[in-house]
Amino acid sequence: MSVTPYIVLSAILFTIGCVGVLTRRNAIVVFMCVELMLNASNLALVAFARQHGDLDGQIAAFFVMVVAAAEVVVGLAIIMTIFRTRRSASVDDASLLKY
Amino acid sequence: MYALSEGAIPVVDPTAADGVFSLLWLVIALPLAGAAILLIGGRYTDKWGHYLATLLPIGSFVISLVLFISLLGREDGDRQVSQHLYDWIQVGHLDVGADLLYDPLSSLFLLLITGVGSLIHVYSIGYMAHDPRRRRFFGYLNLFVAAMLTLVLAENYLGLFLGWEGVGLASYLLIGFWQHKPSAAAAAKKAFVINRVGDIGMSLAIMLFFITFGSTSFTVISHAAGGATDTTMTILGLLLLLGACGKSAQFPLQAWLLDAMEGPTPVSALIHAATMVTAGVYLIVRSNFVFDLAPHAQTAVVVVAVITLLYGAIIGCAKDDIKKVLAGSTMSQIGYMMLAAGLGPAGYAFAIFHLLTHGFFKANMFLGAGSVMHGMNDDVDMRHYGGLRKLMPVTFLTFTMGYLAIIGFPGFSGFWSKDKIIETALADNWIVGLCALLGAGITGFYMTRLMLMTFFTEKRWEKGVHPHESPSVMTVPLMVLAALSLLGGLFLLNDFIQEFLAPVVGAVPHEDPPIPALGVTLLAVVVVAVGVAAAWFLIGKRDVPRTAPQDVSFVTRAGREELYGNQVNDVLVVNPSRRLTTGILAVDKYAVDGTLTGGPVAIGAVAMVARRVQNGYVRSYALSLLVGGLIVVLALLAVNLA
Amino acid sequence: MTVFWILAPIMTIAALGILFVRKAVHAALLLAVVMISLAVLYAALDAPFLFAVQIIVYTGAILMLFLFVLMLVGVDASDSVVETIRGQRLLAIVGGLALGLVLVIGLGQISMGTAVGLDDANAGGNIQALANILFSRYVFAFETTSALLITAAVGAMVLAHRERLTPKPRQPELAAQRVRDYAEKGTHLGPLPAPGVYARHNAVDTPALLPDGSPAPDSVSRVLAARGVIRSAPEQADHIEAVQRSLEGHREEESL
Repeated sequence: MSVTPYIVLSAILFTIGCVGVLTRRNAIVVFMCVELMLNASNLALVAFARQHGDLDGQIAAFFVMVVAAAEVVVGLAIIMTIFRTRRSASVDDASLLKY
Repeated sequence: MYALSEGAIPVVDPTAADGVFSLLWLVIALPLAGAAILLIGGRYTDKWGHYLATLLPIGSFVISLVLFISLLGREDGDRQVSQHLYDWIQVGHLDVGADLLYDPLSSLFLLLITGVGSLIHVYSIGYMAHDPRRRRFFGYLNLFVAAMLTLVLAENYLGLFLGWEGVGLASYLLIGFWQHKPSAAAAAKKAFVINRVGDIGMSLAIMLFFITFGSTSFTVISHAAGGATDTTMTILGLLLLLGACGKSAQFPLQAWLLDAMEGPTPVSALIHAATMVTAGVYLIVRSNFVFDLAPHAQTAVVVVAVITLLYGAIIGCAKDDIKKVLAGSTMSQIGYMMLAAGLGPAGYAFAIFHLLTHGFFKANMFLGAGSVMHGMNDDVDMRHYGGLRKLMPVTFLTFTMGYLAIIGFPGFSGFWSKDKIIETALADNWIVGLCALLGAGITGFYMTRLMLMTFFTEKRWEKGVHPHESPSVMTVPLMVLAALSLLGGLFLLNDFIQEFLAPVVGAVPHEDPPIPALGVTLLAVVVVAVGVAAAWFLIGKRDVPRTAPQDVSFVTRAGREELYGNQVNDVLVVNPSRRLTTGILAVDKYAVDGTLTGGPVAIGAVAMVARRVQNGYVRSYALSLLVGGLIVVLALLAVNLA
Repeated sequence: MTVFWILAPIMTIAALGILFVRKAVHAALLLAVVMISLAVLYAALDAPFLFAVQIIVYTGAILMLFLFVLMLVGVDASDSVVETIRGQRLLAIVGGLALGLVLVIGLGQISMGTAVGLDDANAGGNIQALANILFSRYVFAFETTSALLITAAVGAMVLAHRERLTPKPRQPELAAQRVRDYAEKGTHLGPLPAPGVYARHNAVDTPALLPDGSPAPDSVSRVLAARGVIRSAPEQADHIEAVQRSLEGHREEESL
């Protein structure tokens, strides 16, 4: 059994997440797309672990999940704070730091 | 008689000062101390400062007189005394001492400067009595006298230059003394700037002296002068002439003199009679060892002198301002002196002789003019004078003495001195001589015109003017100067002045003039008489209009415009320099500043465009991140697949 | 592989749906589909531990957090489809397609051969094997994640915390403020006027009359005014005779 289809699926999911980050404006949805990208990479890691018969890939995926959890906590708190002051969850509204 | 063979150029070879001559430095130090006390002491000296300032030049005069008598007591060949004060500048080969040189030439100048200067100080006590800045004025006067004394006592060109510049500074301060008047401020600036042109010649000459002879001392240079090439001497002579032209208001640097009349009248007297303008003549006579070896430079001196002589005389004829007429006359008379100085050993003595007599009668007339102005509420327009002889008898009489002296009325001092110059000029070159004669005639005309318009003819006074005689503190100096104007010719008695100056300037060669001396004298008197008569018929017999008529001949109009000297300066020098400055300013502003600021501005402009990339949208940044990552991936692929 | 071929299209469509749905809640639900599918794929890839963790942590915790925040922000909020940054959408799509093509084509060029498989590694049980590695080779990284998680928790609390800048106003301050408002702005100090009370009906909907006969607007509730059920007092006054009559009749009845 080849893992190539898994890797290709991972690439497709990553690309979709990427485009989502670039096109969606709702901060929460953007964040979801970031999670999608992380998950796509996790899939690749797990697939490669199987390809090489080595559990290090699964460990890496595990760490990615931990980091993602921490990231989500902080990121959502930031989104909440911004929403609380600006009454908006659009990433385009927070654009004062510019030229 | 001094044992110098005829035609030989005398050298400066002084002996060290001893006895009474060791007081020489005091002559300069006294007025200098006066200037320092008055200018540094400030208003604490307001009450008594002008008396001190008057006493100090008188003290100098007394010392000068003592020194002069002591000098007369010495042998002819022993009449050069030097005093070494201290080492002034010692750098490498340049060794300049603060040395003073006292010889017959300086001794006469000393008497003139301190004598006439003291009288002018006395006169100023009356003239400046009500000026709020009187103390300052007297401080400047003392500074002026001290600088002039430095000039004539210095033993080297650098010391002379120190006095030279000091005189320039003091004249600037005094001409612009009434600085609240824009015209006075402008006149002071003009005098200063034009003098700087002359000073360039002077300083170049000093540098050339140092390069050629390794020294600026008169003693060294006069000994070594024969060894230099003719070209060097000619260049030196021309440079010195340029310096002399600036200081003595000779053509083409004459423009400042008439404007300098903006200063208080005693200043005009001091500048025009005793001190500043004679410096040029002094310089040329002092540098006789240069000019005697540079015939071309001498010719240049004569040409300049003749032009100035007629130039000043013509201006004197056209002006209505009494002080400007006298200023024109000064130019003309200095021209006579320069003419004599340019004629070589034959004329040096007469140049100095005329300088002395001119110092007397011109100081007399300037102070007289000041007295008239004093009585006429400071009005200087002669067309507003008339008939003043009854009301100002002392001024009138003393002025007449000066008048008779300047036109060369037989017996008066000017007669002797001017006659000698014309005689010498005729003997040298008949064209020059005729020009000098013509100048004498014109002098007779304009001075008579001045006399008639001021003291004779009917009254043309402004309303509310009550002419009155000046106080005795002003008239006594006038009387002294009038007496000197009358008696100044005594110097010529028994050929005193020629022989007295011979150790410095060389003996006067005895030539047979083309016309006998008596004939020349007679001719001169006749020419002057014609001038006087012309003035009598043109002015004395007619009504003098209160305002200057405009329908006048071209010559008169040109004379009123000072023969367009200012316009020529404007066209040739002032406007081009102004345009040059504007141009340089523009180059500096647009080219230099533009280059310097252009770079940053260009970078700033690029940045203004480039900063648009920083639009604040996090999604844009993410996009560039994606594109960058894509490029990296593509590059890696390209490298790996290649 | 059957599982993969069933789930892969579902995951791709769900992921694409995240790009196109307008409501964030729908996006979250689509993401949940992708994540659960992923968990299944993990199981198919011999990673049972990650299968569990994926469901518990991602689908259970993280996604629930997303939904929680979505509820706080407003579940109705839907994205505008109008792109505000010029060229952003086009460039994003072009860049995304380019990235996808490069990745897919690049992966297609590589032949990875047959997978080794995890049968050996998972011989003693997947969780035991992972634990062996995690607490030996990766123990330092594992311990560091604890610091990361603590920091994240504290950070979230700090961000969510709102500082009270002024002391809470109490009754004396409130009373003083009311009197000050009356002095400065003329705000009515006392209780609002009572509405006009007529015996005929429950008349809180009728304004009281001021001494000049005009109604006092403050005397009726604003809610009633908004509903438009206010009765006019003068209108009521027209019926005063009937009222009096009924009152008199009532009295007569009493006297009788």
